[in-house]
Amino acid sequence: MRFVDEFRDAEKARMLSARIAALCEPGRRYKFMEVCGGHTHTIYKHGLEDYLPETVSLVHGPGCPVCVIPMGRVDDAIAIAEQPDVIMTTFGDMMRVPGGRGSFFDSNAAGADIRMVYSPLDSLKVARQNPDKRVVFMAIGMETTAPSTAMTVLRAAAEGLDNFSIFCNHVTIIPAIKAILDSPDMRLDGFIGPGHVSTVVGCRPYEYVSRDYGKPLVCAGFEPLDILQSVYQLMLQVHEGRCEVENQYSRVVPWNGNAKALRVISEVMELRPYFEWRGLGFISQSALQVREKYAVHDAERIFSVPGVRVADPKACQCGEVLKGVLRPWECKVFGTACTPETPIGTCMVSSEGACAAYYNFGRFTRERVKEATRS
Amino acid sequence: MCLGIPGEIVELMAGRDDFAMVSVAGVKRAVNIGLLEDEELKAGDWILIHVGFALSKIDEEEAAGAIRMLEGMGQAYTDELIALAQSDLSS
Amino acid sequence: MTTQDLGANIPTRSTQADWAEEAVTEAAKEHRHAGAEHLNREQQVLERIDRARARKARVKEPRITLSHGAGGKATHNLIDAVFLEAFRNPELEQMSDAASLQIGDARLAFTTDSYVVSPLFFPGGDIGELAVNGTVNDLAMAGARPLVISAGFILEEGFPTDDLRRVVASMAAAAKAAGVQIVTGDTKVVQRGKGDGCYINTAGIGVRERPIELNAANARPGDVVLVSGPIGDHGVTVMLARGELDIIADVESDTAPLHELTAALLDAAPNTRLLRDATRGGVATILNEVASASQVAVVVDEDAVPVRPEVRGASELLGIDPLYVACEGRMVAVVPAEEVDAALAALHADPLGAGAAVIGRVVADPPGLVLLKTGFGGTRIVDMLVGDPLPRIC
Repeated sequence: MRFVDEFRDAEKARMLSARIAALCEPGRRYKFMEVCGGHTHTIYKHGLEDYLPETVSLVHGPGCPVCVIPMGRVDDAIAIAEQPDVIMTTFGDMMRVPGGRGSFFDSNAAGADIRMVYSPLDSLKVARQNPDKRVVFMAIGMETTAPSTAMTVLRAAAEGLDNFSIFCNHVTIIPAIKAILDSPDMRLDGFIGPGHVSTVVGCRPYEYVSRDYGKPLVCAGFEPLDILQSVYQLMLQVHEGRCEVENQYSRVVPWNGNAKALRVISEVMELRPYFEWRGLGFISQSALQVREKYAVHDAERIFSVPGVRVADPKACQCGEVLKGVLRPWECKVFGTACTPETPIGTCMVSSEGACAAYYNFGRFTRERVKEATRS
Repeated sequence: MCLGIPGEIVELMAGRDDFAMVSVAGVKRAVNIGLLEDEELKAGDWILIHVGFALSKIDEEEAAGAIRMLEGMGQAYTDELIALAQSDLSS
Repeated sequence: MTTQDLGANIPTRSTQADWAEEAVTEAAKEHRHAGAEHLNREQQVLERIDRARARKARVKEPRITLSHGAGGKATHNLIDAVFLEAFRNPELEQMSDAASLQIGDARLAFTTDSYVVSPLFFPGGDIGELAVNGTVNDLAMAGARPLVISAGFILEEGFPTDDLRRVVASMAAAAKAAGVQIVTGDTKVVQRGKGDGCYINTAGIGVRERPIELNAANARPGDVVLVSGPIGDHGVTVMLARGELDIIADVESDTAPLHELTAALLDAAPNTRLLRDATRGGVATILNEVASASQVAVVVDEDAVPVRPEVRGASELLGIDPLYVACEGRMVAVVPAEEVDAALAALHADPLGAGAAVIGRVVADPPGLVLLKTGFGGTRIVDMLVGDPLPRIC
C-alpha cells in the first residue's frame, strides 16, 4: 500500500534507532508525550518501543477522544437511544464504553436501536431511509472529525432532514495539552504532536508550547517510521538546545491547516464554556456544541438528558496515567478490576487508550518477548 | 478514531462535485471531497480519508522528500559504519 | 488532578458507577495476598494479571450480548461458565470442534453447528453452502472422513420460498461436492419478526479412520504453524455485502470443504498435532486456544501471514485486524518441524491449499500467549478477541 509501506521499512527503523541512541547523553532519561490515540495505537501495534533505547520513553497523553468522554455523557447518550422512536448511530469504538449503568452494547442488548456506522454520512443515510424515526449521530472525536460532522449537519440542513441530529461530544486538543503543561507533576522533554488533528488546525496553534513552556513539539504521522523520525527530531532539538514546532508529517499536514474545514466547524459549532474530560477534570473552552442556528439538528436541545455527573471510582488512576505520571502497570487496578473486557477508566476503554494498548500489545517485558521471538 | 488512510482518486463523480471514487489497495469507496474544495483534485491524486471524508491532499513531493531524507540518513549511516570498520582495520 | 476554577457554573451533583465500585472491591479481595515481593513492580502486576485470567470463568452480564457470539473471550467464558458447568463430562471438556465417540469398533466424530449469517446470499456463497462446508470442516479438523449431515431449518414467516429453494440447491450441490449426504432434518416456522429469514442448524457424523488424535493441547515447542491460504476473505465479504458501508471490493467468501485437503495433509504429515478451521474470531482466536490448551507460546511472523490486498485494504479502511476476521475455507495446522516440507507440498498440490504458508512457530515461553513479530521488526501480543468487530459473520 502506497504511502504506508514505505514508512514501515525495518531497515530505516534500525538506522533511526541507532541515531536516536547516539544522541542520548549518558545518565539522562528522556520522556516524550504523544497526545493522539492513533499514535498510541501505532506504537504498540508495531512494537515501536523495541526500537528505542532504555532511557527514552514515550508516555501517552489524553489523545483518545473516546476515552475522555465522561460516564455521565455516555449515560445521556443512552438515555437518548432508549427513547421509543430513536435510532442511535455511532462509531464502533463507542459501543463498549461503559457509562454509569452500562454501555451502548448493553443497551442494544436490552432493546435500544443502536447501529454502528463508519461515517456520519452513513448516519444521514439511515435518517433518509427512516423518515418516521429520529436518527441521532453520536459525534465524538477531536478537530480531526469535527469538520466531517459539521459537513454532515450542513447536508442535513440543505436537505431539510429534520429527523437527523447530532449529540455533540467533540473536544479540542490544545486546552488539554495546556492542562498537562500546567500541571505541577509534569516532567516531559517534549511532545509528539497530533497528526490528523493538525491537518485541520495546522501547526501554528502549538507554537505556545515551545514559546511559553520551552518544550519542543514535532507533529508526527502514523506509520512507525513517522513516529521514530519524530522522536529523532525531538532528540536532535534537545541535543542542539533548540525549542520549536516541526512538521514531520508534511506530506499530509499543511502548516496553515485546512481553512475550509475550520470554516465549516465554526459555521455549525461553537466552543462550550467548559467540558469535563474524564481523568482530567473540567477544562474551559475545550469542547464544541451546536450553534443555535442549527438547533433542529442538536440532540441536546431536542431530547432532555439526565445530565448527571458520574464520578470515577476512587481507585481509578487514569488522571495520572493520562498525564504521564504513572505507567499503566503502576495503576493499582490495572489488569485486575480493570481489563479490556471490564474497563473501569478511560485509559482502558478504547483500544487506543494507554492501558488497553499496553495490556493488549505490550504487556510482557521486552526481554522475555525478544527472547521468544528471536529467530 | 484518528484512522486516516491514504487512498487514490480513481474517478471524480460526474454531476457530484463533492464526491470522488477512491481506491485503497483495490477497495473502492465514494468519499466526500467537500473539505478540499480549495484544491484542484483529479484522478490519480492521493488523499487522506477519514470517516468517509477527504481531509487533506497528500503532497507527493513532500512524501518523496521524506523518504529521500530517510534514505540519505541511511546511506550516511552506512558510510560511517564502513569508515569506522576500515579505520579499525588499519590501526 | 487539575480542575480549573470556573466559578459556580460547574454541576456539583454527581453519583458513582456502582458496577465499577463493586469490580474494584471484588478484585481487591481476590488479590489481597501480595506474594512474590522479590519480583519487580512490573512483574508483580503481570503475575496479578495471570492470576486474574486463570480465575474460574464467570458470566457477570445479566443479558446475552453480541460479544457472546463473537468467538472471543466472552464466548469462551459463556461456554465454560454456563454450558460446560451444566453439562460437564469428559468428552465435552475436550472442547474440540468435534466430539470423539467409540461405538463398538467404530471410531466416530460428531459435531454440531448453527448458521445465522446475514445477509443470506453473498459473493462466493450463501448460508446453505456455509452450513454444509462448515459441518464437513469441523469433522475434517478431527481427522475424520465426513459421512452424513442433518439439517434443521428455522424459517421466518414471510421468507420467500424461492430463496429457500436457492439455499437448499446450494446445500445439495455442496453436499455432493463434499461426498456427504443430508440424511435427516427438521423444519420450523416462526412468526414474522421472530427470526431473520432463515437460520440453519446442522449436525455431522464422520469416521475416524486414522489412528491420529488431533487436539489443541498437542502443540510442543519446536512445532511449526501453517495456514492453508489467505485469511479474512469470508468475514470481509459478508461485512461488505451488508451494503451499509458503501465499499466496493473484489472479494468473495472462501467457503470450501476441506476434508480432501486435510486427508492429503495427514497422509504427508502423519504426526500433525492439530487442525483447526479459522471461523469466528479468525486465526488469532485459534492460536490463542492452542497456546492456552498446550501451555506454550505461539510466535507469529506478521509478514508471513497471507492476506489478499483487497482484504487488507478493506480491513485498514474499517480499522479491523485480518487476524481476527473469519474464514470459512481455511485451516490452521500445527506440525512437527521435520514434517513441514511434506505438509506444505501436500497443501500446495491442492487448489484449496494454493496459498498455504508457514506463519509461525511454537516456543515454550511465555506459556499461553500469542506473540507477533511485526513487519516492522517490533513485537506485540495478539490477545484473545474482546467485543465483536463483525457480528453475524457465520
